[in-house]
Amino acid sequence: MSRVAPGVANSPSMLSSLRRLVLSHEGVLLIILIVSLLLLATQTDRFLTTDNLLNQCRLMAEVGLVALPMTYIIITGGIDLSVGSILGLCAIVLGVAWKNYGLPLEFAIVLCLFTGAAAGAVNGYFITRIGVPPLIMTLATLALYRGFAEGVSQSRSVRGYPEWFYRFGQGELFGIPTQLWFLIAGLLITAFVLSRTVFGRALYAIGHNETGARFAGLAVDRYKMLIYTLSGFMAGLAAFVFVSRVSTTRSDMGTGLELDVIAAVVLGGTSIFGGTGTIIGTALGVVLIQLLKNGLALTGVKGDATIMVIGVVLICSILITNFARSRQATGKAANSDE
Amino acid sequence: MNTTATASLAPAPQRGVLKRFLRIFASQEAVLLLALVALFVIVGSINPRFVAERNLYSIFLGNAYIAVAAIGMSMVIISGNIDISVGSLIGVLATISGSMAVAGYPLVLCWLVPVLAGVLISSFTGYIVAYLKIPSIVVSLGMLSILKGGLIAVTSGEWITDLPKGYALAQLKPFGVPLPIYFMIVLTLLAALWMRYSNTGRAIYAVGGNAEAARLSGISKQRTIMKVFAIHGGFTGIAAVLFATQLSVIQSTVPPNLELTIITASVVGGVSILGGTGTVIGSTLAAVLLAAIGSSLIFVSVSPYWLRSVQGVLILLTVLADLFRRKRQRKQG
Repeated sequence: MSRVAPGVANSPSMLSSLRRLVLSHEGVLLIILIVSLLLLATQTDRFLTTDNLLNQCRLMAEVGLVALPMTYIIITGGIDLSVGSILGLCAIVLGVAWKNYGLPLEFAIVLCLFTGAAAGAVNGYFITRIGVPPLIMTLATLALYRGFAEGVSQSRSVRGYPEWFYRFGQGELFGIPTQLWFLIAGLLITAFVLSRTVFGRALYAIGHNETGARFAGLAVDRYKMLIYTLSGFMAGLAAFVFVSRVSTTRSDMGTGLELDVIAAVVLGGTSIFGGTGTIIGTALGVVLIQLLKNGLALTGVKGDATIMVIGVVLICSILITNFARSRQATGKAANSDE
Repeated sequence: MNTTATASLAPAPQRGVLKRFLRIFASQEAVLLLALVALFVIVGSINPRFVAERNLYSIFLGNAYIAVAAIGMSMVIISGNIDISVGSLIGVLATISGSMAVAGYPLVLCWLVPVLAGVLISSFTGYIVAYLKIPSIVVSLGMLSILKGGLIAVTSGEWITDLPKGYALAQLKPFGVPLPIYFMIVLTLLAALWMRYSNTGRAIYAVGGNAEAARLSGISKQRTIMKVFAIHGGFTGIAAVLFATQLSVIQSTVPPNLELTIITASVVGGVSILGGTGTVIGSTLAAVLLAAIGSSLIFVSVSPYWLRSVQGVLILLTVLADLFRRKRQRKQG
């Protein structure tokens, strides 16, 4: 027994930290990502090209933008099912305010972002002040906001935006799709805030033990209020980018977005029970899903059938991580027994 | 001494009756029933055609499958889990049923195989949830993608037509009443009795209410959750057959957000999303109420595009009423 223990202890720390990196969820994801990149690249030569990859970044911007605050929410042990509906509502507000009420388009954009934040704040208010469980509250507003979008627009679409408006969804800035800059900026800020500020640490504390966090003097309700509002705001921003990308506004925009976003966040290693998760993981999750969808579509899998792979990857990646962790845990337990 | 004792005891049962009456009155099921009656009376007096036999049947007929699926969903939620893949599963099972009918298999098989397939697929989900300990919301999210994607890959989004004669189970009308209504009522009553009186039924409440206490009293959480998902798959299968046979074509695209409609029925029916409380009678009443509200909008000439807002408000009201009731109970107790 004692011959084994020193061997384990003496092994270079680099090796063990490498092992920890590989065993971490982000590590598993990165390996899956690289393997699938290589596999897909051998299947078709249209996949690994700059044009295609940049275009894919365009397509994943909306999911990515909403996935960032969703990571925060899930880390606190909450969930927001209403993001797709908020996106639809904001898109309709943007279109109707501009077309039917004749407001300047710049003002309509601001109104769209504001609507998103307000819709998120309503979620936050009911969750924190009245104590409605997040799952139910956002299930209710999932129906409510989509209903507003359909009722206000009577399911009529808005088209014919001026040329400059399309720059945000279809244009480029320094050779990179405009919305990717939004996404990168959002990514860096949210990642920094989550890992390097009191605010970020508080979110983990809330997710681990909300009562404990309250007793430790954290303003739990204010933090939660903030992140649900942020989630609504980002859905508004995503709506703006989405409308600009597809040149039209429809009330069914963003239907099912919540599932794509939650899949990306959970795939990225954020525990649905709260307390763990990183923005980097979420980013990897978003990229992996988009690349797999695109790669499969290019290799000839029909349209929406590509979502099948999301399900398989989602379940498998979590099974692998669980398996790795439980092995690590039993290994540790065995070591501490000695 | 003796007389005073009986005298002081005498009012007690009366108060008990009153209390029990009030308790029944305040239950979610009674509120839903009252809301349903009020809706029929009010909308019926505005537009008598709303309560015409044909419209009543169409309300029930188009939505009985949602009520049947909501029975299984309620059990899953009561056990402390959730299944958001149910909409896609209904699509897959309906397609299996239709394809078998077109291929010329005996009709009985076309109706039974989807139910068995539902039990199998849902048990698989249940296995991952119960034994591999992955949260049900994540597993069913994955299953949703797999089932939906698989369905599109196999059918390419085409509708199934040329269904054989006699296949349309949901269009049968024994004694003048559409068959799905029998299904809805009988299954609800059976499930309600089973949930209330069987060991497994009580175990479902126990696991959802307090898993640790359930374990200490000798209930296997894993086996209970497996059973719940298997039964839920059975109800989903029946719902899928009703869905497949109600029209003369089968659309491979199920109504979008069908899973949310089903979960909404459960939640509005009084099933707490936190597990442990609720009844299947409530969820069936809620499914009928939601359908009736949708239909009533047309009869009071409100654009049906507002339907989803009304549903949203309804969920909120239900939940707020529930929170309020609990707060008052806590104050009393």
